[in-house]
Amino acid sequence: MSEAKAEILRRVRASLADSPEAPEVTRAYRTESEKSAHDVRAMLIDRLLDYKANVYEETMDSVAERIEKLLGKSARYVIPKGLNLDWLPEDSAARRHLVDSGNGQRAGSLTDRELDAVDAVVTSSTVSCAETGTIFLNASDEEGRRAITLVPDHHICIVPAESIVELIPESVRRVNPERPITMISGPSATSDIELQRVEGVHGPRTLDVIILDGQ
Amino acid sequence: MTVTQLGMPKVFHGTGNIAAEESFTSFAGRELKNEQLRANLGFATHTIRDKRAKVVGELPDWELLRTAGSEIKQDVMARLPELLEQFEKNFTERGGKVHWARDADEANQIALDIIREQQAEEVIKIKSMATQETGLNEYLEENGVSAVETDLAEEIVQLGEDKPSHILVPAIHRNRSEIRDIFLKKMPHIDKDISDNPAELAEASRHHLREKFFRNKVAISGANFGVADSGTLSIVESEGNGRMCLTLPDTLISFMGIEKLVPTFQDLEVFLQLLPRSSTGERMNPYTSMWSGVTPGDGPQNLHVILMDNGRTAALADQVGRQALHCIRCSACMNVCPVYERAGGHAYGSVYPGPIGAILSPLLTGVEAEENNSLPYASSLCGACYEACPVKINIPDVLVHLRGKDVDAKHGKGEEGNKRQAPDQMDAIMGGAKAMFSNSTLLSIAERGLPAGGLAAGRDHKISWLPGLIGGWTKYRDIPEPPKQAFRHWWKKNKKNGPKQRAASDRVDVDALIAKNSGLAEELHRRHAGEAQEEREEAQEQAAELKKEQRREPDMVRREEDLLKGQDDSSNGTTGEGTSSQEGND
Repeated sequence: MSEAKAEILRRVRASLADSPEAPEVTRAYRTESEKSAHDVRAMLIDRLLDYKANVYEETMDSVAERIEKLLGKSARYVIPKGLNLDWLPEDSAARRHLVDSGNGQRAGSLTDRELDAVDAVVTSSTVSCAETGTIFLNASDEEGRRAITLVPDHHICIVPAESIVELIPESVRRVNPERPITMISGPSATSDIELQRVEGVHGPRTLDVIILDGQ
Repeated sequence: MTVTQLGMPKVFHGTGNIAAEESFTSFAGRELKNEQLRANLGFATHTIRDKRAKVVGELPDWELLRTAGSEIKQDVMARLPELLEQFEKNFTERGGKVHWARDADEANQIALDIIREQQAEEVIKIKSMATQETGLNEYLEENGVSAVETDLAEEIVQLGEDKPSHILVPAIHRNRSEIRDIFLKKMPHIDKDISDNPAELAEASRHHLREKFFRNKVAISGANFGVADSGTLSIVESEGNGRMCLTLPDTLISFMGIEKLVPTFQDLEVFLQLLPRSSTGERMNPYTSMWSGVTPGDGPQNLHVILMDNGRTAALADQVGRQALHCIRCSACMNVCPVYERAGGHAYGSVYPGPIGAILSPLLTGVEAEENNSLPYASSLCGACYEACPVKINIPDVLVHLRGKDVDAKHGKGEEGNKRQAPDQMDAIMGGAKAMFSNSTLLSIAERGLPAGGLAAGRDHKISWLPGLIGGWTKYRDIPEPPKQAFRHWWKKNKKNGPKQRAASDRVDVDALIAKNSGLAEELHRRHAGEAQEEREEAQEQAAELKKEQRREPDMVRREEDLLKGQDDSSNGTTGEGTSSQEGND
């Protein structure tokens, strides 16, 4: 044990010489939704729009067409290695996808500058909280490592309809803290200059959310 | 470092940017004259306050979340040694390195050693209260390392060679044109024709910093929460500069006060609801990042966390004050504080301003450090901060407690025990008052001096200046002229003119009187209620009348406009009739 650690722990124990009681935590707040799936989904859409994200509702039949439209005719975009390829439009001469291996230190991954040069990124997501309009990425194979959803300026994020929950406690239960977690609520924003909200500073400036049914 | 008295536990106070060099009253006196600062702060605090109230009102279980937040933090304090070791074990097992720092200097030194190991001359930073507390940027600068702030507001403050004035919106004292001027002066590749539009200014910052994110190999952050049972660290932010710093460099050093722990990952479900709503008044901040040690191939592979005491154990030793360590740095207390709103953040001297700063800073440094004993008085004790606090810190209670500590310290009874002062004016006044009020002869003699007050008041019958300590009162207000004579003296002289004491036979039969008046009170009450009702109805009628008149007004305006239009049309020689008939069809 380092000298500093021993000293700090000694100080903490001395400061707690009066043995304050550790209270039992009362978790009387809401932990389970009482709303219908339909209402929860409507709430998520409302909150996402409020944060200036774009929202689309698609099925397995229409999702590729939607992504094609969002990417535009000419685009190079990155996807994580586990993404369902059925969701994507077919590559053309001007539009093609690049697969990131998920390990920035190994071959098959894009460098930061390469990521800066691509036009967009398409990923899935783990869980979405309707009450706060928050999408949780948990570094799964369908979501990729953190850099790929950060450096490109346009993020197209698939939210499987069954992954939508109402409350934060419901969301926290569904993520795995052993892997990195990124919570996203709309595109990046700042209100640092005269409290005027400006969307888009360092993260992707466009966030397109596709709620996908029946996958 | 510290001299303690017998019977008191030895405490170790914090160092760094947490002690005021000038008393609050004196600094605030100057800041109150800064119109720009007052206007900006007033606007900021009111805007955020309103937004906060709206999103807090959306949650039916807000009070239950506050209770849980407060209890979790009490639990953390009670079990701190065990939780710190649990956090260290879990973070280390997952490939991170945990360092311990007793004070600001030690924390800075640890960071510098890691930076030197990486041979970095420049590091990128996420806005962090802990590193502002330790004065890390200045320390690194002195040692040849430049620290680049990447949060827009911190960047403005840093480029403007300035100090933050609000922990959440640190550059709120600057307006857009000042920010434009700072950017033009300090950003080498900026477009010289840039306007003062916030979106353009934000874009300039994006370009300026992007290269730095790619180039730099070392980043420094604070931490919003550390989770003991999973070894997780968490950063809550808006702009994405945090994600950049937490993701792209190889090395990440996070400064975290030892009080920032929560016991379980599940506990985050409480704070992730409390913090953004209290802080920016949003349902959720744009980005929150969490990492538990190193993830191979994803993010920094060389991870460090510096667990910092720097006075926190001294605060913990104070049984009333230790709740200040529950603070999650949301700044809700500042936005509701009438004193902060006018005096501004700089007046508090420490990096922790506002109501929480007024208790946290003197708890960390000891109330005897520099001018920090002025901070517990920087409050009207109105209690708005306690109401707003998401973890229910009873700030007014702690303020009063610290005022008591300050008085004790001045009388040589404090923790340091070495700041005994000569009896001051307040002691003389209080000592004098004690002698006078406990002796009627002395009081009587003193009151004979009252006519002198009339002389002091002069022709406007007001006293606008008093000497010494009590002059603090007349600095901002006048005292009315005192009466020429004390009541007791007047009574002595005039009592003989008053009614004689009644004979026993004249005395009132109280029981009979009560019997006679029974029911009268209810009757009066009923009558008043009736009158009040009538008044209310009358007022409503008047209000309705007024509304009707107001409604009528737009009609009149429209009629006037029509008339004017008709005149214009006819003077232009166009068909005035056609216009009016078209409108008639509408």
